[in-house]
Amino acid sequence: MDLNNFAFIALSAITLICALMVVIARNPIYSVIFLILTMFSLTGHYVLLHAQFIAVINIIVYAGAIMVLFLFVLMLMNMNANNEPNKSLLWKSLATIVAAGGFISMAVLYFRNMGDTPIKPTTNSVPGNMLPPDFGYVKPLGKMLFTDYVFPFEIASILFIAAMVGAVFLGSREKS
Amino acid sequence: MNLIGFENYLWLGSALFCIGLLGVLVRRNVIILLMCIELMLNASNLLLVVFSKMFGNMNGQIFVFFSMLVAAAEVSVGLALIVLIYRKFKTIDSSFLDNLKG
Repeated sequence: MDLNNFAFIALSAITLICALMVVIARNPIYSVIFLILTMFSLTGHYVLLHAQFIAVINIIVYAGAIMVLFLFVLMLMNMNANNEPNKSLLWKSLATIVAAGGFISMAVLYFRNMGDTPIKPTTNSVPGNMLPPDFGYVKPLGKMLFTDYVFPFEIASILFIAAMVGAVFLGSREKS
Repeated sequence: MNLIGFENYLWLGSALFCIGLLGVLVRRNVIILLMCIELMLNASNLLLVVFSKMFGNMNGQIFVFFSMLVAAAEVSVGLALIVLIYRKFKTIDSSFLDNLKG
């Protein structure tokens, strides 16, 4: 087994275990910390896929900004395992069956369509070797973002302004 | 360099998505519901990056960028709403927040 495969297996194990711990952990603070670990291992996956730009913004936006926001709100509400609500065992087992059924149906779809993919991939494995050497780097992505996708990019900035104004408005309403 | 088959990434992405689904169904804390939605978004982001690599097309990575932007906006507004709900009802238990049930 070479280093690439080993890294993939280790990162996948960390990702899945931490994601399960997000769901299982009783204390919400632990959930946030396990979600941060999941984000970090996903960043490792992005690096393994040679998607450097996505890896960097995953760290900055998700693990940096969003998770700090979650942690801050949890601390603000003083949440811990004692006042954590819990669902009944029947509901829990039902939910587990539904989630497992979703996974199994995806597996069945995958096995049924294994032979005949209508679109031919450039390579049937990643990392591909027929790609340009700067695939996934910041420079070509930025060029695409400011030429082909400049209109969605500007719309996204308006969305951000709207979200920020909305959050400030919601947060400051109880003054009177 | 040895290659990792992309079907392994398909398994990983679907497993991650189903774990997020399980969390949405099992937990009652609204903040954890938001976090499980983040898990599902991340599963789709991972698969977008994998397919972008697989087909040699960088549009998938641009879409990941936009989905991260939308997730950030969603989280900021969602957490503001959760703080308001907590101030009003003193709880963020999703099974008590049934005012829209009719």
